[in-house]
Amino acid sequence: MKSYEQLTNDLAPKKFGLYGKLWIGFLSVIILGAVYAYYLQFTRGLEITGMRDYSLWGIYISNFVFFVAISLVGSLVTAILRLSGVTWATPLTRISEIIAVAAIIMGGLTIIIDMGRPDRIYNLFLHGRLQSPIVWDVIVVTTYLTISLLLLFYPLLPDFHILSKKFKANVKLSKIYAKLSLNWTGDASQTSIYKWSIRTLSVLIIPVAFGIHTVTAWLFAATYRPGWDSSNFGPYFIAGAFVAGAGGVIALMYILRRTHHLEEYITDFHFDKMGKLLVLLILVYIYFNVNEYLVPALKTTEKEVGHLKALFYGEEAWLFYTVILGGLVFPAIALLFKGMRKPLPIFIIAVIVVLGAWWKRYIIVIPTLLHPFLPVQGVPESWHHYSPTHLEWLITWGTLAGAMLIVTLLVRYVPIIPIHETAEERGIEEPKNETNDEK
Amino acid sequence: MKEKDQETRRNFISNGLKLGLLTAIGGVAVAKSLNEEKMVELMDTDGNIIKVPVSKVEEHSSIKGDNYNTREGFPNKKFVMVIDLARCKNAKQCQSACNKAHFIPGDNAWLKIYKMQDNEQSAPYWMPNLCQHCDQPACVKVCPVDATFKRRDGIVLIDNERCIGCRFCMAACPYSVRVFNWSEPNQGEVKMDMGMDMDMDMTHSKYTPDYAGVPSVRGTVDKCDFCPHMIAEEKLPHCVSACPNGVYFFGDLYEDSVTNGAETFQFSKLIKDNAGYRLMEDLGTMPSVYYLPAKNRQEDFESGLENYTEFESVQKVKES
Repeated sequence: MKSYEQLTNDLAPKKFGLYGKLWIGFLSVIILGAVYAYYLQFTRGLEITGMRDYSLWGIYISNFVFFVAISLVGSLVTAILRLSGVTWATPLTRISEIIAVAAIIMGGLTIIIDMGRPDRIYNLFLHGRLQSPIVWDVIVVTTYLTISLLLLFYPLLPDFHILSKKFKANVKLSKIYAKLSLNWTGDASQTSIYKWSIRTLSVLIIPVAFGIHTVTAWLFAATYRPGWDSSNFGPYFIAGAFVAGAGGVIALMYILRRTHHLEEYITDFHFDKMGKLLVLLILVYIYFNVNEYLVPALKTTEKEVGHLKALFYGEEAWLFYTVILGGLVFPAIALLFKGMRKPLPIFIIAVIVVLGAWWKRYIIVIPTLLHPFLPVQGVPESWHHYSPTHLEWLITWGTLAGAMLIVTLLVRYVPIIPIHETAEERGIEEPKNETNDEK
Repeated sequence: MKEKDQETRRNFISNGLKLGLLTAIGGVAVAKSLNEEKMVELMDTDGNIIKVPVSKVEEHSSIKGDNYNTREGFPNKKFVMVIDLARCKNAKQCQSACNKAHFIPGDNAWLKIYKMQDNEQSAPYWMPNLCQHCDQPACVKVCPVDATFKRRDGIVLIDNERCIGCRFCMAACPYSVRVFNWSEPNQGEVKMDMGMDMDMDMTHSKYTPDYAGVPSVRGTVDKCDFCPHMIAEEKLPHCVSACPNGVYFFGDLYEDSVTNGAETFQFSKLIKDNAGYRLMEDLGTMPSVYYLPAKNRQEDFESGLENYTEFESVQKVKES
């Protein structure tokens, strides 16, 4: 059995190596480029994007939906799996909570980026109207962010205490960890509050998580437009969100296992389990896709037919089939084989699933807008299509890089695997003599 | 008798909306002889002449009433429009008048004339389309900040000083009538065109949602406003008066009359006799714009083709 010392050594956050620094530099360059592009958008208006009166929403909104979707994994792993007594997911809770926090922060930012008048955002508070799904979204996004932050923070309290002791040599860092640990001592009363809080938050976050993505779905389903006008949209979005989130967790698990040498903590067993979970989630999502596309296709009502034709054999068909087959069907089939659930193959599949999930949102948002009820006439030919501009892509990349930077920085300063919980689970006791160290 | 009715009605209309008035039965009015008797002859919405005591009749100095509020609208009015598809030959005078009056800066006009054909066998027709000023407006429902709003007089407007540019209203509108100012609007010189007798203080271009496009604001949504600035002057909207073929009829549902400037009809009868309909009734949006089907057309559909531009609705006239 490992000693307590070894355990903390293994799991304590580590300074960036060369690759880490390069990675941060790479992300920073993209973010700076995006900030400049956004400056142009702020001064010139949304004309710098590929959006126009028909394609009135573009990749900003589909990217926003993607962020909200992937953030749902926090509730899946930390809440749903925890409450249903799945113990193997413990080492993955922090990874998924980090993804959730990073994604929801950037998702909130993305919706502001999409606004024509971000300088008037205060109007949401001055004149907000409860009947608008956007106001529901603002409420539920902020609530979800708050609960997610708490759900990231509370389990960290004992870990911060451990880290503050571990990094005594670095006085400043140690002090910050001590502050963050909120005077954690680990006595019985603290432990009981701690456990109760986490359990309460785990229960609370489930309806809020469902709420956040259902409301996001309603941004579309609350309109009359073909392709969006569906009572199926809430559960359809949630099912898709879990696919994106599980893919994201698997990808990040693999990377962190490599960079932090966590082979003993994140094992093949975890990849195998997550692989099976991902198959289940994809199957559920495919089921919803069948409902979304095949039922209207069977009826081919006048209003649906233009949109469906574009997807099935029109302008967007190549993207549609790539996403459905490449991003959902093939990964699900591949993951049925045990060999494909080994770390490296499943990592590649997970990355494909996440990319597919990003483009899936594109397919949900854009084609519908290009096929309105009345014919598209009297506008320039280019308005009949949508292709994002370079600046628009740059800003979008910036938000994705921003999310990855948040993940990277969190990983630098907090333990990826909960130390305290792991020690408890493995029955490793903290040596007594260390605790009564006096300064 | 019938002609006389018609005559009186016309008289009333031409005297204008000046005598907006209230009677115990909600009728509307032409005052014939206010001098000797204490009774006044009025015509109710069915065209019957009725007598009402003078004391029950109020005369309004202005259609705007005493406490006009942009978000409430004109008191005791409910505006409707009727578009007679049988008369439309895509002359596009409505569109250019609208573009000019509202200084429309973008590439997408607020009023468009669609080339329509419902199916292969049915006849093609021209369909002018503008904001339908729905009674259950999908756009208003989804606006997060109450920037677009529905008034008591039926008009749906946008407050461009409040709009945050989320474009949810554009996604929600099934009629695709909303346009966005993607860039800083290039409107040239913006002046309020409200006729000769406009108030002096109106010449200061103080922004009001009552006159959309004066000015347009970057990052906000624009659309047809039913020209409240013209109604305030007791004039017809620009598209109505510009149409050479009398396609557009505008009026007040409470008065049950609509006019295109030259002809005036009883609204309910016009709709009934011509099988008038509204667009996408199944959506439950309840538009204020009614269409009369393109039957017994005055002009061939083909005659409109020469004006048809598939990729343009706002002609760019650059003044040097």
